[in-house]
Amino acid sequence: MSVSTREAYGRALVTLAPDNEFLVLDADLAEATQTRYFKKEYPQRFFDMGISEADMMSTAAGMATCGKKVFASTFAMFAAGRAYEQIRNSIAYPNLPVVVAATHGGVMIGEDGASHQTVEDISLMRSMPNMTVVVPSDGYSTTQLVKQAINFDKPLYLRMGRGATADVYNNNEEITIGKGNVLKDGKDLTIIAVGELVTEALKASEQLEAQGISAAVIDMHTVKPIDRELVTQYAKKTKNIITAEDHNIIGGLGSAVAEILAETNDAKLKRLGVNDQYGRSGTRAQLQQHFNLTAQGIIDLYRK
Amino acid sequence: MTENTAKKLVGPQNMRITESKRTKDMTAIELRRRVIESIYHAKSGHPGGSLSICDILAVLYFDEMNIDPTNPHDPDRDRLVLSKGHAAPALYAALALKGFFPIENLNTLRKVDSDMQGHPCMNKIAGVDMSTGSLGQGLSIANGMALAAKYDKKDYRVYVICGDGEIQEGQIWEAAMSCAHYKLDNLTLFIDLNGLQIDGTTNEVMSIGPIDKKFEAFGFNVLSIDGHNEHEIKSAIASAKKCKGKPTAVICKTVKGKGVSFMEDEVGFHGSAPNEEQYKLAMKELEQ
Repeated sequence: MSVSTREAYGRALVTLAPDNEFLVLDADLAEATQTRYFKKEYPQRFFDMGISEADMMSTAAGMATCGKKVFASTFAMFAAGRAYEQIRNSIAYPNLPVVVAATHGGVMIGEDGASHQTVEDISLMRSMPNMTVVVPSDGYSTTQLVKQAINFDKPLYLRMGRGATADVYNNNEEITIGKGNVLKDGKDLTIIAVGELVTEALKASEQLEAQGISAAVIDMHTVKPIDRELVTQYAKKTKNIITAEDHNIIGGLGSAVAEILAETNDAKLKRLGVNDQYGRSGTRAQLQQHFNLTAQGIIDLYRK
Repeated sequence: MTENTAKKLVGPQNMRITESKRTKDMTAIELRRRVIESIYHAKSGHPGGSLSICDILAVLYFDEMNIDPTNPHDPDRDRLVLSKGHAAPALYAALALKGFFPIENLNTLRKVDSDMQGHPCMNKIAGVDMSTGSLGQGLSIANGMALAAKYDKKDYRVYVICGDGEIQEGQIWEAAMSCAHYKLDNLTLFIDLNGLQIDGTTNEVMSIGPIDKKFEAFGFNVLSIDGHNEHEIKSAIASAKKCKGKPTAVICKTVKGKGVSFMEDEVGFHGSAPNEEQYKLAMKELEQ
């Protein structure tokens, strides 16, 4: 079943609510972030802060000092962008376990265009001390990661997308924050992907296989702290790595992997992502083509 | 000043004011001495805005707040967010005199091997309820604490101290809106109206008035007092506790650098430490 990660997030909050103590804040985007389900079922645990992301993040921090677990939701652009400094100084510096649950990350969100398409958020959050950065790839992994987020004792940035994605998992795998998941083994190449690019990575691997190339696929849902051991293992094993993300190639997953490989020199790296430019309006499919965020994009990069 | 034309505080006589549990060194003047001493030893810091809030802190920490130095994380305690975190030396002095940590620690302010950071860090100092320093965030944080209290049906109170220049930050007004929207009558905001900021007077840099009318329009119960008069501060707190359904903003007319003649109303002492001569002179003035 294909479902967007934001939809899975909204559903997971409701599913987890009866047995877990947490509150949800939103900044007038509950209808879009999908916290609307929680708002409807648990109005006493939901606080709409209005269109004021900065205020929302600091409010979440204040609640966290009083022992409350808080999910603070808005679009990734306005969480990591607008409220960057509130997240930095009110949440991450005091090491408060707030979950900044941001939806609509990347250019693949579609028609809204560049003002709403953040390609910098993973980079911003990754360089922030104390912050953990998680990017789920499908409905099942979102649910598993949200469940862990509830008991996570440090600040967490959860980055989700807008559009529906195909299932990546069979709904029985173990998914743990900090541990990458090998979805497919291979010996010639490893494609390390996050979010909506994971399904593209799987497709690319299939097509490459038909061409006689064995490509492993890793869902690196935790971009920080990155699973260094797994990257190193597959770098040694396949000698070639391609990273794939709906994010600027500067500062995101590609950079995180590059940082490891620059030190170990175990593999050759190519990065697929948005090439340091802003997004634009268009359908999701058109934008995927425009920015080359496709299985074919991965294959072309490998061939280059 | 227009800010002072706000409604006068009424009826202090009929309000129950919390009885003092002070020891003899728990005074605003002692806070001021510690502020000067610690900043002098640090050779940097913010004396002006620390001295202007000493009377407010003395009333809160020594008379009003339900806090226990032996149990600094008590979930039922009252909270204070020092939104103007650069006044850390005054907060540290209040916490030390209250018994949260040894008084000798104060003179390690801003040293590399000390926990006494230039701006308060909640994970390093017992009694600091929130890390602050970047202006404009404290009221939102305090709102979060006050909302948590309401949600948990706890009756602790939340205090927040903002600078007057600080309210130029837009987030303060986002937070003011939220605070009134959620009827946070368990929150009291003190505004340290000393009229000065780094680049000059608030009137020169960016006019902030009429503060009283602005907070009234945002839905606050507004009180205007002399921020150096402990009786007025106590009465304001008592009045805030009685006000139901809306938060209270106490606009405190203060003098930046209060208590040290050559620092009073001197913009230059916003963020610079006294030299040895000035230190001795200041300490002498603060003996009286």
